[in-house]
Amino acid sequence: MTRIIAPLIGLGFAFVLVLGLFGTITTASEPATAEHEFHLKPKPVALASNGIFGKFDRQQLQRGFQVYKEVCAACHSISLVAFRDLAALGYSEAEVKAIANQWTTEQPSVNPETGEAATRKNLPSDKFPHVYPNEVAARAANNNAIPPDLSLMTKARPDGAAYVHSLLTGYQQPSAELMKEFPNFATPEGLYFNPYFPTLNLAMPQPLVSDGQVTYADGTNATVDQMAKDVTAFLVWTAEPKLEARHTAGLASVVFLIIFIALTIGAYKSVWRNVKH
Amino acid sequence: MSFPWAKQYEPKAPVMKWLDDRLPLPRLVYNAVGAGYPVPRNLNYFWNFGVLAGAALAIQIITGIVLAMHYSTDAATAFNSVEAIMRDVNAGWFLRYAHANGASMFFIVVYIHICRGLYYGSYKAPREMVWLLGVVIFLLMMATAFMGYVLPWGQMSFWGAQVITGFFSAIPLVGETIRIWLLGGYAPDAAALNRFFSLHYLLPFVIAGVIILHIWALHIPGSSNPAGVEVKGEQDTVPFHPYYTAKDGVGVGVFLLVFAIFLFFQPNLLGHPDNYIPANPLSTPAHIVPEWYFLPFYAILKSFTVDFILPAKLWGVLAMFGSILLLFFLPWLDTSPARTANHRPRYRAFLMVLLVDVLVLGYVGGAEPTKINVLIGQITTAYYFLHFLVILPIVSATERPKPVANSITEAVLKGKGGTAPAKSAIEGQPNPMPAE
Repeated sequence: MTRIIAPLIGLGFAFVLVLGLFGTITTASEPATAEHEFHLKPKPVALASNGIFGKFDRQQLQRGFQVYKEVCAACHSISLVAFRDLAALGYSEAEVKAIANQWTTEQPSVNPETGEAATRKNLPSDKFPHVYPNEVAARAANNNAIPPDLSLMTKARPDGAAYVHSLLTGYQQPSAELMKEFPNFATPEGLYFNPYFPTLNLAMPQPLVSDGQVTYADGTNATVDQMAKDVTAFLVWTAEPKLEARHTAGLASVVFLIIFIALTIGAYKSVWRNVKH
Repeated sequence: MSFPWAKQYEPKAPVMKWLDDRLPLPRLVYNAVGAGYPVPRNLNYFWNFGVLAGAALAIQIITGIVLAMHYSTDAATAFNSVEAIMRDVNAGWFLRYAHANGASMFFIVVYIHICRGLYYGSYKAPREMVWLLGVVIFLLMMATAFMGYVLPWGQMSFWGAQVITGFFSAIPLVGETIRIWLLGGYAPDAAALNRFFSLHYLLPFVIAGVIILHIWALHIPGSSNPAGVEVKGEQDTVPFHPYYTAKDGVGVGVFLLVFAIFLFFQPNLLGHPDNYIPANPLSTPAHIVPEWYFLPFYAILKSFTVDFILPAKLWGVLAMFGSILLLFFLPWLDTSPARTANHRPRYRAFLMVLLVDVLVLGYVGGAEPTKINVLIGQITTAYYFLHFLVILPIVSATERPKPVANSITEAVLKGKGGTAPAKSAIEGQPNPMPAE
């Protein structure tokens, strides 16, 4: 029975697929879109945390945090990160306390007297507060676009670190080739052209506009590219704060396993020495 | 049951003798994976993958149980609880990356295990039951992996659940009702997440149970081997321990090394970036794709594009489930007297085409549905079904296989330029009577 029914089923599926095949061949290809043709892959970005020996450059993380604080934090939260976590960037306990205390957005709280909603100063144990009380407020303040939380941004986009760096430095006018091929292409009102963004137009205006926008405490020259790189490094840390521990444990594991494999090969040869196989 | 020359368990320590008289558990282990299980002496490294699959399951269960202690099964808090594991739980990043990549490792190992079975004819009599139970394990693994991927409640979790439970709505008349009943709502939400977690915790133990049956069924005829001839006598076998425990040790070491490289240096390579975005029912990702190990089946699903008697979606769902269920009939579709593809050159050529075909299906499953990709998907899907259901029965009935060695020992010694055996596999022991 199996050998009679099975070929019939197989031929049946194949027949329906051939029908589909003709359908596919006869349908016209989708017309090319500007997004498809002119969306650029992010440029590689060299960070100290790259590679299997990668470690964070703490000076750079502090600079990146400064860029985040002075530029990005106006709209974007990092709500998965706590102020206490900043100790990993090399800040002392007192500095962390001061950063939390002086953070502009306060923590939602309750007035102990009246029980009404209130806000209070941040503590090191708090997570970074959301910038907007809710989605509606975020949309209302940003031309109907929600500024996404940045905690995981470098893991939530393909090639995330390179993407963040490319996006921040990629604002430009549409290229001549694009306008030639798609004469009707126009960036809608309230959006900004950026070839590294999947739809080519995004709601965020260019955040890093001029050199020296941030005055670095350590005297580094704050070019736009430098600031973009630093904040990218910082966002790699917010997305993967345990990266250094992972790399260290990884190297130890690999060394251990190579020794382990050498020993098991020795044991295998010893056990099998008298048996042809 | 075992071969008559299998070693018998003889407890040495008094406490083991005491235990053996009352509950012969040590004897069971000894006969299952100890010196009491005679195994063909000529197994190659492809026979390591059963043990590796067991190791992968053990890793998943251990890491999973600890993760469950920290995970919150609630649509509002699930995503953040996973991030809390990554940031605040001691070695939480290790547990979670080990569990996420461990699933991929489990599938890699099991796919190689299945390919070994296909190439060397491990599904053939008298081992049909071993194969059938293996397909059951594979189906359970797929269900477990799918539900596990939903738990972090990221964008791909949510939309993957939406798409996969949507398969049931392809069933005529009652489909939508069944889908809502399975999800506990109109779309994946708190109810679905809770039941997925419950089942995700349960199914691995069901898998472990079926693995016990799988090994039990294997021990009735004993392990197959690459020579394609059954065990004839003691000279053909060696005890599982220490011979294959030593060989499996090497395999486990290499497996852990590959695992470690993914876990510590590329932990997110096999995942999808969108799953680091919290689930949002109002925002559909540009491309919904399942995990890499489901991509060939996803390509089969997508390849049916015309309504012919049945709606295209139903064809796709039937074909996708059919592509796995047909494996249950494999032992009866393949009628060749020869066991391994080494002795069946024509069949081997088709099998190699199938391997490439499935890899191409995997590529198509993850690629954008451009015209050319859809075409490739339809051709490769057709080959997949034709291979198992048409080509295999015809080739196995018509191809005359190459001659097989008289015994495992002859095959081994021929390979080494030796002559007929005078001794048992383990030198220094007298040649025993052939088993009858």
